[in-house]
Amino acid sequence: MADEALFQFLHNELIQYVNNAESGENENGRCVSKLENMGFRVGQGLIERFTKDTARFKDELDVMKFICKDFWTCVFKKQIDNLRTNHQGIYVLQDNKFRLLTQLSAGKQYLEHAPKYLAFTCGLVRGGLYNLGVKSIVTAEVSVMPACKFQVMIQKI
Amino acid sequence: MSRQSNRTTDNKKMNSELFTLTYGALVTQLCKDYENDEEVNKQLDKMGYNIGVRLIEDFLARSSVGRCHDFRETADVIAKVAFKMYLGITPSVTNWSPAGDEFSLILESNPLVDFVELPDNHNTLIYSNLLCGVLRGALEMVQMAVDVRFAQDTLRGDNVTEIRMKFIKRIEENLPAGDE
Repeated sequence: MADEALFQFLHNELIQYVNNAESGENENGRCVSKLENMGFRVGQGLIERFTKDTARFKDELDVMKFICKDFWTCVFKKQIDNLRTNHQGIYVLQDNKFRLLTQLSAGKQYLEHAPKYLAFTCGLVRGGLYNLGVKSIVTAEVSVMPACKFQVMIQKI
Repeated sequence: MSRQSNRTTDNKKMNSELFTLTYGALVTQLCKDYENDEEVNKQLDKMGYNIGVRLIEDFLARSSVGRCHDFRETADVIAKVAFKMYLGITPSVTNWSPAGDEFSLILESNPLVDFVELPDNHNTLIYSNLLCGVLRGALEMVQMAVDVRFAQDTLRGDNVTEIRMKFIKRIEENLPAGDE
């Protein structure tokens, strides 16, 4: 069992590193996508480990519920607070106290830095879903920290 | 919900696979970004240092460990308290130099390398070099300049993983000007 602080510090370093490496024009976009890609790879690996003892999923919604409950609990030690869907492939996952933002701020301060702290997790979700056979685009938005919403758009194949 | 979640949620503990995999993703990215392994090692050490500098505060606050009186005590605290707390392992402390300023940490298992195999073209990569930086950075914050390096690594075919630590000097506290 590793300690949580370790992951948080590592995550911070990741952001710091990627941020420094990508200076110049549209650096922010590239920085975010690099973090997202790393998260994607980690998500793929994690889901492989987490689902080895679980029953087969019934449908897409079942997969999403798994992400919100078990996956989130394993990674962030709490469940997603609210899951909403339009039943047409869009899901909104709301976390009222997102673990990677709680240390940062409880309000609007540093809001412009929030996307960097969410990119890795977006990738995590996308990678997890991908390995469960669901292709998606995952974005995140924050209005007041530490609450945030992840939007999952399922891509029909 | 049909699926029961039976995961334990100890307050500060977390799934170490997340940490291991994230670290793996970082090393992979660094290998892509830099041309040679030396540069990657250096970058890992630097990032580790940054982590160590902060981690020490978390450690002191949570572990109620006071100031160490000698290097032997330091070694004990690192192996038995710090490694246990953050990585869940307890390395053994061996190979003391006669002067008592150098020792080795022997890691039976290294959580950082759980799912790792080094490809042949990376034989100078010190995969877990982050740890060296962490130890160096943390000790520097408690006024100890220490040299930390990997002497053996199971990833590279050695029987054990050995981190060699050498005490260099005590860092004098900088008194504010005119305060002497």
